[in-house]
Amino acid sequence: MKVVFATLRAAALVVALVAAGTASAQQKVLKFIPQADLRILDPITTTAYITRNHGYMVYDTLFATDAKFQIQPQMVDKWTLSADKLTYTFTLRDGLKFHDGQPVRSADCIASLERWAKRDALGQKLTQSVDGWTAVNDKTFRLKLKKPFPRTLDALGKLSAVVPFIMPERIAKTDPFQNITEAIGSGPFKFVKEEWVPGNKVVYVKNTDYVPRKEPPSWAAGGKVVKVDRVEWIYIPDSATAAAALNAGEADWWEQLPPDLIPLLRKNKDVRVENIDPLGSLGILRFNFLHPPFNNQKMREAVLAVLDQKDYAIAIAGDEKNGHPCYSFFTCGTPLSTEAGAEKLKGKRDFERAKKLIQEAGYKGEKIVIITATDQPIVQAQSLLTSETLRKLGLNVDLQAGDWGTLITRRTSKEPVDKGGWSLFHTWAVGPDMISPANFAIVSSGDKAWFGWPNDPTLEDLRNVWFNATDAAAGKKAAEAVQVQAFSYIPYITTAQFIIPTAYRTNLSGVIVAPVTFLWNVEKK
Amino acid sequence: MILYIMRRLGATLVVMAVVALVVFSLLFLTPGDPAAVIAGDIATADDIARIRMKLGLDQPFLVQFGGWAWRLLHGDLGTSIFTNLPVTTLIAQRVQPTVSLTLCTLVVAVLIAVPLGVAAAARAGTWLDRFVIGFAVFGFSVPVFVLAYGLIIVFSVRLEWLPVQGYRNISEGLWPWLSHLILPSIALGTVYMALIARITRAAMLDVLAQDYIRTANAKGLAPREVLVRHALKNAGVPIVTVIGIGVGLLISGAIVTETVFAIPGIGRLTVDAILRRDYPIIQGVILLFSAIYVLINLLVDLSYRLFDPRIRY
Amino acid sequence: MTAAVLSTPRFASPTWQRFRDAFARHPTAIAGGIVLLVMVLIALFAPWLGTVDPQAVSPIQRLKPPSSEHWFGTDMLGRDVYSRVIYGSRVSLAVGLAVAALSLAIGLTIGLVTGFIRWLDAVVMRVMDGLMSIPSVLLAIALMALTKASVTNVILAITLAEVPRVVRLVRGLVLSLREQPYVAAAVAAGTSLPLILLRHILPNTAAPLLVQGTYICASAMIVEAILSFIGAGTPPNVPSWGNIMAEARSLFQIAGYLILLPGLFLSITVLAVNLLGDGMRDALDPRLARRM
Repeated sequence: MKVVFATLRAAALVVALVAAGTASAQQKVLKFIPQADLRILDPITTTAYITRNHGYMVYDTLFATDAKFQIQPQMVDKWTLSADKLTYTFTLRDGLKFHDGQPVRSADCIASLERWAKRDALGQKLTQSVDGWTAVNDKTFRLKLKKPFPRTLDALGKLSAVVPFIMPERIAKTDPFQNITEAIGSGPFKFVKEEWVPGNKVVYVKNTDYVPRKEPPSWAAGGKVVKVDRVEWIYIPDSATAAAALNAGEADWWEQLPPDLIPLLRKNKDVRVENIDPLGSLGILRFNFLHPPFNNQKMREAVLAVLDQKDYAIAIAGDEKNGHPCYSFFTCGTPLSTEAGAEKLKGKRDFERAKKLIQEAGYKGEKIVIITATDQPIVQAQSLLTSETLRKLGLNVDLQAGDWGTLITRRTSKEPVDKGGWSLFHTWAVGPDMISPANFAIVSSGDKAWFGWPNDPTLEDLRNVWFNATDAAAGKKAAEAVQVQAFSYIPYITTAQFIIPTAYRTNLSGVIVAPVTFLWNVEKK
Repeated sequence: MILYIMRRLGATLVVMAVVALVVFSLLFLTPGDPAAVIAGDIATADDIARIRMKLGLDQPFLVQFGGWAWRLLHGDLGTSIFTNLPVTTLIAQRVQPTVSLTLCTLVVAVLIAVPLGVAAAARAGTWLDRFVIGFAVFGFSVPVFVLAYGLIIVFSVRLEWLPVQGYRNISEGLWPWLSHLILPSIALGTVYMALIARITRAAMLDVLAQDYIRTANAKGLAPREVLVRHALKNAGVPIVTVIGIGVGLLISGAIVTETVFAIPGIGRLTVDAILRRDYPIIQGVILLFSAIYVLINLLVDLSYRLFDPRIRY
Repeated sequence: MTAAVLSTPRFASPTWQRFRDAFARHPTAIAGGIVLLVMVLIALFAPWLGTVDPQAVSPIQRLKPPSSEHWFGTDMLGRDVYSRVIYGSRVSLAVGLAVAALSLAIGLTIGLVTGFIRWLDAVVMRVMDGLMSIPSVLLAIALMALTKASVTNVILAITLAEVPRVVRLVRGLVLSLREQPYVAAAVAAGTSLPLILLRHILPNTAAPLLVQGTYICASAMIVEAILSFIGAGTPPNVPSWGNIMAEARSLFQIAGYLILLPGLFLSITVLAVNLLGDGMRDALDPRLARRM
């Protein structure tokens, strides 16, 4: 009898194992270690890159940027522009549905775009020229402009930070300063809210109702064909642990790894380390224009004279392959990037000239407060470098460290340094956010500008010339003019261009080379 | 006895109320605010101000505190500013990993350290004693994260015996759950073990020198019986005390362990919440901590009676 | 020492004589004391020990392993690790000693007072309970988030966490000392409270407090390392053993020396302080071991 039971138990076990085995063999799960922890589900209220990435999973866009920087239609089937350049007519593709089963209608698109335009800088610029949006029928809608705005499609197909994702009308009606609570879109993946553990795991499943375009994928454009069943974002805060997890096969893909860990992963023949980001990111050194000493242009020029991008590149990226100088206000390797006016940044570093400028500026030893964040290695590295460089110049530097939350709160202060203000901080932005005079850091409209509040009417006029440039050649000339003026006024300094490598196991294929990590088209064997 | 418990519970409530007020005030005074974190890097000051307003963070202290306290009394710990999920849900998601980790660590530490301490005391002066003392001192001298990294390199990367990181729900099987907790428990438990071993040894040494032990030995009782029945019980009070104190150590250490091993526990939840200024979570968790801590102290004090009938409440 | 001896605390000079003799019988404690002294000397004479500016960055020289030029190698910004470790002793020791001193002073004051004033005792102990229930790590992060990362904040945060334990210890001592006949006699004679505290209670708390102080010092140095690891520790440009390790945490498989070397210094110092404390405790009164 005992034998019978034992055999039965063994058989049951075998059956169970086989069942489990086949079940898991049928489900292809991609385990992805994201660059940060997904906290906010609303890609419009926040500019955080992780939420943007979440947006690309769950939502879709009307237009999208491809690998040649061209704007391609995505949700739009065909579009026309009237002869007077004042009316755009868009027609949606067939078969577009939201994850709750509802079809995508013009009203949804209009509501989404209006909400997006209230938050995004390019959208706000667009709105200045907008007369109105009208829905002709459920699949066709019109945009009427007051005056021609050549950047309209650039705006609608924007690649990064605050992407005009399309949401259902009822959700898009939420105030643009308030987070939405549902993640219902029409994108290639569905967000599984019940399995979301903030700080640990985000789960997406393939949207089987999604109708991808026929073209091959190219950055955010083309066909978004999902080749796995389920995606799990596993957030591992410690990089050493993440490396070990990838090596051990507990994860398939690590979105961004610190360059110093590359040798660790290279040793493993099952792991591939690559730079799939063709544009990289730019480091940004930002001044406070409201208070001394950096309200004085000569002081800023002094910093420009001694800043050595090669040092910053290596400090951030670890070696020359992943980090290099970029003597431009616009991402190097993109159409508008130029070295016009860059002599002061490019040439040999001149401490003598800097000291002279400091004297001419009448620097009286005012305290320079550099705020930095200990939990942001890229910010930290730049801050330490700058602080040492300025100290070598004999300036009175006070490096104040907090965490990122403290930094971004502190920088909202317009007070002088002795009342809790600041003089200088660093950050960085991905390449697509810095490709043109539309970038957030070069805006110099004073009060309405980004933190630091540079104020230069000349620069603003030159930027407007670019916004209204009608063709590529005029645009390039206008961008050059903007940069030359920027090197004179110095709204910020580009510290380096660096690429953050990615690593994935060799059983993955179809990884798209793009400035944003897209998870469609990826296959797992 | 019952009266004593009632009085202590009453005091607990007072403590928690004080802690709640202190924490809330602290956060209120904090210059950092979640609106800036929500808005992200590229937003402007205006954006942040608008978001702040929408979150109700610009209202006066009493209004905010009053609202929170009122909701608290109804069992509502509030909603996370970032994820819009209820704080109770977030805590509930994280309770199992932390409790598992803490329990495992406690069991491992007590099971290893108490016998070691007893054995060291019983064989005072021998190599075993020296070894235990050495281990106890060593345990105090190494930071948790260095130990954790070391364990990962040896057991996960080189030997591949145990997984590197993560947590598996017990519903996925006993071994997956256990295997993910072994290394973290050892890392976290080492300090604890050191403390318990040292106190156990010292307490046992003291008790073993007592007259009644000599009597028990003279009576001809087996050494083991003498140890367990007479000595250990009398040494119980300080040992249990230190176990109670150690819980505070555990929570601090758990934060580091959870970070290194990527265990989604309450420790990390709190650290992340603080760094992001997600006030409702911070307040909720601290209240929880103080409640647990005070309750454990109560249990420890009550257990004294088991060990020492002379103690009267 | 058998249980037959009443637990009368010893005071006046014979104690120190006995203490010195007992101490001499514990070689490990003496070793600990010597090591600690060496560390303090290193901290004091840092600029003359072949060090360079610990904050000087040189990205080209980053992550070079130990060599004749850089005895402990360089870190991720090209800073000389040897200099950082040597100068790091200043911050780590300062944190340890300051926390010990502060928590002893504050804890002693509060403990003395509550031991004698009944109604205050109940209130204060509940506050201490509340304080103890907030993990020091969280307190430190909150403090840092409140203002900025600084050595002062770290010291404050750790002190706040240690004070309740000192209060408990002192209070326990006071409560037991209060029952002693000579104290009762002093009270009956009408001696003022401050004088009783000063003359009778305080000297007898000195020994256990000193021992506790060493443990606090050791623990504080470790906690500082942990806080730096979390990101709520000492500011990044000023080196401390803790934050040198914390900054290099992800590199332990690539540039292990960045964690090993400061870790070695930290562990040895903490070990030394612990041994010192153990020796002092055994020399003063082995029964203290039961309470700490």
